[in-house]
Amino acid sequence: MELTMLYYIIPSLIMFCCGVYGFITRKNMIAILISLELMLNAVDINFVVFNRFLFPGQMEGMFFTLFAIAIAAAETALAIAIIINLFRVAKNIDVEDVNEMKF
Amino acid sequence: MLFGLNILLYFVIIPVLMLLGLFLCQKDNMKQIRTVAVVGSTLLVALSVYLLVDYLALRAAGETAQMLYTDSWCWFENLNINLAVGVDGISVAMILLSAIIVFAGSFASWKINPLPKDFFLWLILLSTGVFGFFISIDLFTMFMFYEVALIPMYLLIGLWGTGRKEYSAMKLTLMLMGGSAFLMLGLIGIYFHSVPEGQQLTWNIVEIAEKGAIPHDWQLFLFPMTFVGFGVLGAMFPFHTWSPDGHASAPTAVSMLHAGVLMKLGGYGCFRVSMYLMPEAANELAWIFLILTGISVVYGAFSACVQTDLKYINAYSSVSHCGLVLFAILMLNTTAMTGAIMQMLSHGLMTALFFALIGMIYGRTHTRDIREMGGLMKIMPFLAVCYVIAGMASLGLPGLSGFVAEMTIFVGSFQHTDMFHRVFTIVACCSIVITAVYILRVVGKLLFGPVQDEHHLKLTDATWWERFSAITLIVCVAAIGCFPNFFSDLIKFTFDPEFFTVLGLIK
Amino acid sequence: MDITMPLMILAIPLGMFLLLGLFGNKMSHKLAGWLGTLGMGTALVLAYTTAYQYFFSGSELFINAAGERLQHAVFDYTWLEFTEKLIIKLGFLLDPISAMMLVVITTISFMVHLYSLGYMHGEKGFQRYYAFLSLFSFSMLGLVVATNIFQMYIFWELVGASSYLLIGFYYTKPSAVAASKKAFIVTRFADLGFLIGILILSFYSSTFDFVTMTSNPQSVFASTAGTMFMGGSVLTWGLVLIFMGGMGKSAMMPLHIWLPDAMEGPTPVSALIHAATMVVAGVFLVARMFPVYIVQESALEIVTVVGALTALYAAIVACTQIDIKRVLAFSTISQIAFMVVSLGVARPDFHEGLGYMASMFHLFTHAMFKALLFLGAGALIHAVHSNDYTAMGGLRKYMPITHISFLIGCLAIAGIPPFAGFFSKDEILTAAFNNSPLWGIWMTGVAGLTAFYMFRLYYRIFWWNNPDYGHHTPHDGPWTMSLPLIILATISCVAGFIPFGEFVTWNGHEYIIHLDWTVATTSIVVAVCAIALATVMYRKENAIPTRMKNAMKGLWTAAYNRFYFDELYIFITHKIIFNLVSRPIAWFDRHIIDGTMDSFATMTNYASEKIKGLQSGSVQQYVWVYLVGALLLAGAVIVFVI
Repeated sequence: MELTMLYYIIPSLIMFCCGVYGFITRKNMIAILISLELMLNAVDINFVVFNRFLFPGQMEGMFFTLFAIAIAAAETALAIAIIINLFRVAKNIDVEDVNEMKF
Repeated sequence: MLFGLNILLYFVIIPVLMLLGLFLCQKDNMKQIRTVAVVGSTLLVALSVYLLVDYLALRAAGETAQMLYTDSWCWFENLNINLAVGVDGISVAMILLSAIIVFAGSFASWKINPLPKDFFLWLILLSTGVFGFFISIDLFTMFMFYEVALIPMYLLIGLWGTGRKEYSAMKLTLMLMGGSAFLMLGLIGIYFHSVPEGQQLTWNIVEIAEKGAIPHDWQLFLFPMTFVGFGVLGAMFPFHTWSPDGHASAPTAVSMLHAGVLMKLGGYGCFRVSMYLMPEAANELAWIFLILTGISVVYGAFSACVQTDLKYINAYSSVSHCGLVLFAILMLNTTAMTGAIMQMLSHGLMTALFFALIGMIYGRTHTRDIREMGGLMKIMPFLAVCYVIAGMASLGLPGLSGFVAEMTIFVGSFQHTDMFHRVFTIVACCSIVITAVYILRVVGKLLFGPVQDEHHLKLTDATWWERFSAITLIVCVAAIGCFPNFFSDLIKFTFDPEFFTVLGLIK
Repeated sequence: MDITMPLMILAIPLGMFLLLGLFGNKMSHKLAGWLGTLGMGTALVLAYTTAYQYFFSGSELFINAAGERLQHAVFDYTWLEFTEKLIIKLGFLLDPISAMMLVVITTISFMVHLYSLGYMHGEKGFQRYYAFLSLFSFSMLGLVVATNIFQMYIFWELVGASSYLLIGFYYTKPSAVAASKKAFIVTRFADLGFLIGILILSFYSSTFDFVTMTSNPQSVFASTAGTMFMGGSVLTWGLVLIFMGGMGKSAMMPLHIWLPDAMEGPTPVSALIHAATMVVAGVFLVARMFPVYIVQESALEIVTVVGALTALYAAIVACTQIDIKRVLAFSTISQIAFMVVSLGVARPDFHEGLGYMASMFHLFTHAMFKALLFLGAGALIHAVHSNDYTAMGGLRKYMPITHISFLIGCLAIAGIPPFAGFFSKDEILTAAFNNSPLWGIWMTGVAGLTAFYMFRLYYRIFWWNNPDYGHHTPHDGPWTMSLPLIILATISCVAGFIPFGEFVTWNGHEYIIHLDWTVATTSIVVAVCAIALATVMYRKENAIPTRMKNAMKGLWTAAYNRFYFDELYIFITHKIIFNLVSRPIAWFDRHIIDGTMDSFATMTNYASEKIKGLQSGSVQQYVWVYLVGALLLAGAVIVFVI
């Protein structure tokens, strides 16, 4: 059996959809963050896969993935920091409950 | 030219320097703040007097250009926006008025509390806008300064006001901004029709007037836009309701500046932009606005008759008097327009005096309700006498400014060849009786009669800075009233008689 | 002619006003009072000299070869230029009537200044009082020497204001404040008419100048011909409106209501302003414009009717009042109405316009004897401390000087020869009879009523019974108060013999007065009968007055309440103007106009409140919406494009 592109893309699609589902439905900020990461990684997989199958001689997709991973790490660190601070103030990291700054 | 710069620029430079000076002041150090305010406003008065003298000398030397001291600096080339300055007799008179009122206002807010530094900052920013407005002859720059003058009002009323101050401040700002929206539209319209096809578009008033290229059907659209836009600030019925609330809530100096100068921006703008640039439309549509302003005049006076709050009485009286300004402008003849400008001067000084006195009385009695006061003549004779003088000026006693202004308006308006205009003039004349009713009602209730409240007996008369502020204004009111011809000539020279004869408006 | 003297006549009182007004409270009472009096004295001397020069110097400026007196503007400064033709000038016009008025005003004003030194002694605000008196004198002098109608209007307003200040002199007294307010507003209303009249006349004649207007009115007002407005010619409207201004100042019905109340002011003020000078301004105005009025006789007829009605009305009311100052006030109204009627009936074809001369003559004599009566009343009030004659009686023994001078005043006003009033009133009656017997008989009747109510007053004060004055016996005032009484009484005795017709006629031609003996005899008989009746009724305390009163209950009550004019005015001002006009307008402004503006704000607020839920800030919600939208869009693309 040859591993075609589809074998990679379908899991990544499932991963992305899980991410979207989680992002929309979860109320816990950490869970939302994890969903976000899930979507991001699904995209990373796509990048690598497309690069590997469509433009085998080039490395741009790989580089882009590395970039995205680095940025995702930074962003996660920032988000976690905000969430921790928020937890200190509000004792809660549920998005529904932290709405003092709304309107 | 003064120290190598166009003299007019100093009217913007000095307030800006005052702003810088105020920044450097320590917070709550009244001495420093007062020094900056007094020195700056004195300089402004001195400068405006110098401008007046110099202007008259130039005219006497045979200078016949429409605008003097003209100059222009480009600041946005793509749209041909310039900082174009220039003055004629009317602007000179208005600048003098503004300088005097800023001066008197600084003294009237001698003990402003809290945040004196911030108060003066906003007040001076406001006056920067006012002076800038009067010296500009570029429509865009003019509009910019106009907005600069409006915005600080919100904070001044909202922070230092009394009563329902947030509501009033919001109402005032929103209504004036609404007017600005019309105005902006009108100004842009003028810009795009300022010159015949194919030439470089311009914002410059003098150039636009010379070319006279605005097409007739566009005039019919743009005239109401600009007239209503400025008319809102000139308290034209039915867009006047910001005025009673705004005045009632504003602190003393702000009321003075607002009624004394800012409302004049409306009248001046109506004259300078709407009338001057679009005379044909003005002539055609004048009747609509004559009815509105005629209503303003009588309606404001009647409303004032039954108010019980001193500031409301005065605010409605301003509606009536400012209505007369717009009314006279719409008559489109030299005498009536001269009267309109004199009424602006007169009303500016007189109403500033009124608001200053009301502020001083309120500061002592802590009420503005005339039913709760009485017999103040006995307790604070100086303030009471000044109030009577202000009242007399308002109801048009000869020898004070109100009389000459109103009479010039009435006589001028009555020279109109059209019967409709003359009948409306008679209607407007009726306001002099109603004015007497509400002024004497207040004077009789507030100053004469027995003392209403025992606690008031302990109150003191005016302090020296209050006296100074009031006397400055009274002297100016009397000066206009006693030597009207000087002011009338200053203003009248501005009007090009052919401007009206072409329209066939003069007998 | 040298302009210094006329200029000083105006400048001295003005200077005194400024001096006393600004620095008065630093001066002692005595200094301020004497300064004011001295200033007025100087003005008096200057005015007399000016008048003497005008009438007797024979200079060709004042009288031409044909013996016609001329109008001469001594100076005329441009004050405010409206247009090239309509210019307000401040000037000094000398002509027969202004020269006469100079004399009248300075005489009475000086007397009042002097009298007030005694009367107002120790009063709080003494300096202020003298400042206002000077202001009034200045304004009144400016009014009579006006060279143009707008100058007159200016000073007209100024006298109104000084009258306001003086009526409200006792400003802590609510009634005085109300009276001053009423006086100002009623006259202001009349002035509105005056102003509109000026506007109309100046629109058609293109001038404010009196000399231009009156020297050739037919051609000046030629452009009014054929212009009608609401059934009357424009010129009639203009003249009637101008007369309306005069009606206000001269207290003609129905604008008379302020004058009786104006008696709240200090009595010398009533003598000066509300008896002798300011209230005749209306008469003076019509006299000034007389050559224009005779062009339009319909206007003169209106003047006559207004005057005649007022004369009768005021005389009837005067018979019932008990406040002595109010009796005098109504008598003033009635006497001014005589002057107005006299102008109204004057026609140039009869004895050089006899009515005009008679009116001015009566103005002159009336000023003297009415000021005398008022100052006498002041002395009485000063002595008894009450305005009501019910508190007086039998005073002839206590106050001989006041008594004699008051009697002379009464005889003069009643028209008994040889006192001044007889001569002037006789001329008026002659002129009235000439115009129409109706007015002649009417005015003779009013003259009889005058004699009756004056002697009713006289007897009630000086005879009747002797109330108990307690330990405080009334006495004549100090010399400052008595001297003016004596001087004015003397003038009232002799003024009738002035050959007035030689000085004052409408066209400057001399005219020799002859007494018309039929008219004179009738009027004397009527006056004597009226006095006799008053003697019977009031000389001693008796029941006749009460019985008379009960017999004519309805009329008496109506007259006592001044025929309910005040109630009518209160109804109009409070019920109609305030409650039905002002209040609804104020309500309309707050609730409809302002409500509309507020409703814009409310609507905006409401709309944003409704849609702000869309902008929830919840990213999850946004994503959900985005996702649904993206899928729908993708679906649409698939369905419609592919």
